[in-house]
Amino acid sequence: MAERRLVALSLGLLGLCALFLFWNLRAPMGFILGLRAEKLAALVLVGAATGAATVIFQTIAANRLLTPGIVGFDALFVFTQTILVLGLGGAGYVALADTAKFLVEASLLMGAAMALFGILFRKGAEDIIRMILTGVILGVLLRGLAGFAQRLLDPSEFAVVQQASIASFNAVNPDLLGIAALALVCGLGAALWLAPGLDVAALGRVQARVLGLNHDRLVFTALGVVAALVAVSTALVGPVTFLGLLAASFAHALLRDHRHIVLIPAAALMGAAILVAGQAVFERLLGLQSALAVIVEFAGGLLFLALVLKRRTR
Amino acid sequence: MIEISSLSMSRDDVQILRDVSLSVPSGRLAAIIGPNGAGKSTLLHCMAGLLAPDSGQVRVNGQDIHALREQGRALILSLLTQSQGAVPRLSVRDLVAFGRWPHHRGRPTPTDHTATAEAMARFDLDALAQRSVESLSGGQRQRAFVAMAYAQSTPWMFLDEPLAALDPKYVRDIMDRLRAMTGTDTGKRSIALVLHDLSVAARYADFCIAMKAGRIIAAGPWRDIVTSALLSELYETPLRLAELDGAPVVVGL
Repeated sequence: MAERRLVALSLGLLGLCALFLFWNLRAPMGFILGLRAEKLAALVLVGAATGAATVIFQTIAANRLLTPGIVGFDALFVFTQTILVLGLGGAGYVALADTAKFLVEASLLMGAAMALFGILFRKGAEDIIRMILTGVILGVLLRGLAGFAQRLLDPSEFAVVQQASIASFNAVNPDLLGIAALALVCGLGAALWLAPGLDVAALGRVQARVLGLNHDRLVFTALGVVAALVAVSTALVGPVTFLGLLAASFAHALLRDHRHIVLIPAAALMGAAILVAGQAVFERLLGLQSALAVIVEFAGGLLFLALVLKRRTR
Repeated sequence: MIEISSLSMSRDDVQILRDVSLSVPSGRLAAIIGPNGAGKSTLLHCMAGLLAPDSGQVRVNGQDIHALREQGRALILSLLTQSQGAVPRLSVRDLVAFGRWPHHRGRPTPTDHTATAEAMARFDLDALAQRSVESLSGGQRQRAFVAMAYAQSTPWMFLDEPLAALDPKYVRDIMDRLRAMTGTDTGKRSIALVLHDLSVAARYADFCIAMKAGRIIAAGPWRDIVTSALLSELYETPLRLAELDGAPVVVGL
């Protein structure tokens, strides 16, 4: 049953991709198709990476409300951008080669995320309240530091930081797509390899250890995969905090299955479908009157509140 | 056989186990009894290799349990903990099938399917196979988790307060099933469990480990060592071991 729904989801995404590419296509078709294909690749990469990473993160954290973004990842990205602009100056930042900047940012984010997640999970993933509070407080601290650093910038440098801090799919360097695609394939491959262990880990740390799983090693490896996936997608377009929550929640609701071998691809497909559908509507119907990330955050925030309230009333 | 020698453990500067030494023969249903805070659950978790002691050793069937890796331990013993996490929408059949994970590590074979089916049948879970674990009653849920531990096919099963908050009907149901699977014949298991209901322990257990303040007060065959005096001393309140319609009961005086 879940496999059938996964196939249907794949077909749905293919249909959305076709719609995105060919809807309202006018001359010069080859040129426009090329531009759309690049944007589509970025949307699919970011959506798939974020969806898959969130499902894994939620399983490790034993909480379906958490996303890597909520526990401080996005604040870390904004902080990194601010420090780079502060250190290099607005002109120096903009002059950085895109590929080098992407690789440095992705490596920095991954290293920092591993350190952050390492601290959060050090005493076992059972203590969810401690983990959330630590993540939220670290996020507030990083945002505070970024806010302080932004006051030291002149207005043009501040505008550079602002632009870099909001996810945008309109100006993705095509050279980066290949690197990001490679990272996504490796990350998803590793995630699927971890899938049987994640099924057991979902039972909780003690039960997983009773069943012979080296839980702490699995958690550390899985966090590495999450960090790589989120770092690559964030460095590519910027942070989209609630996209993962939307993708993971819809994937769980659609599949109604506990197996990560189907959940991870489903969340990846769902993340990609949300972004492709959203961007298609924005570009073709609404004439780019806003940013897709803003609407994704709005819808994701509402879903987050709904899930929290539903949990409280249980 | 379980052999524990000079086991000590402290946490946050509180000594929980103090120089515990004992042996439990195979094929028994051993009840670990004692007042709250005696260290029963800690001892069981140490025996299962989930908690590392400060000193001492636990050998299960001749193997140092703390020297084994997780998978090695999971093939020798299973443990039912007090709080079992259940994945949303996880079906009873899938839960029980998790018991086979140490054997197949994600690639189940026909042997694993057979063992799961046998565990489902033994614990009367076939009718509930497709139900989600979340939707079960307390007794059904506990039965499903015990079945998962059974499906692990380990020579030893450890259960930490498996009867907590269960109605008498479910208590009897689970204990009857556990009693029936205990023994030294092929396919039978050895069981160690933490119990608070002394009448249940008196009725079903054939081995007793009595603990107080982190120490072993007495350990041996139930009939040989458990007396009204021992229970009264253990719980610091007058208790009497008696018989009612041929079955042992423990009553407070």
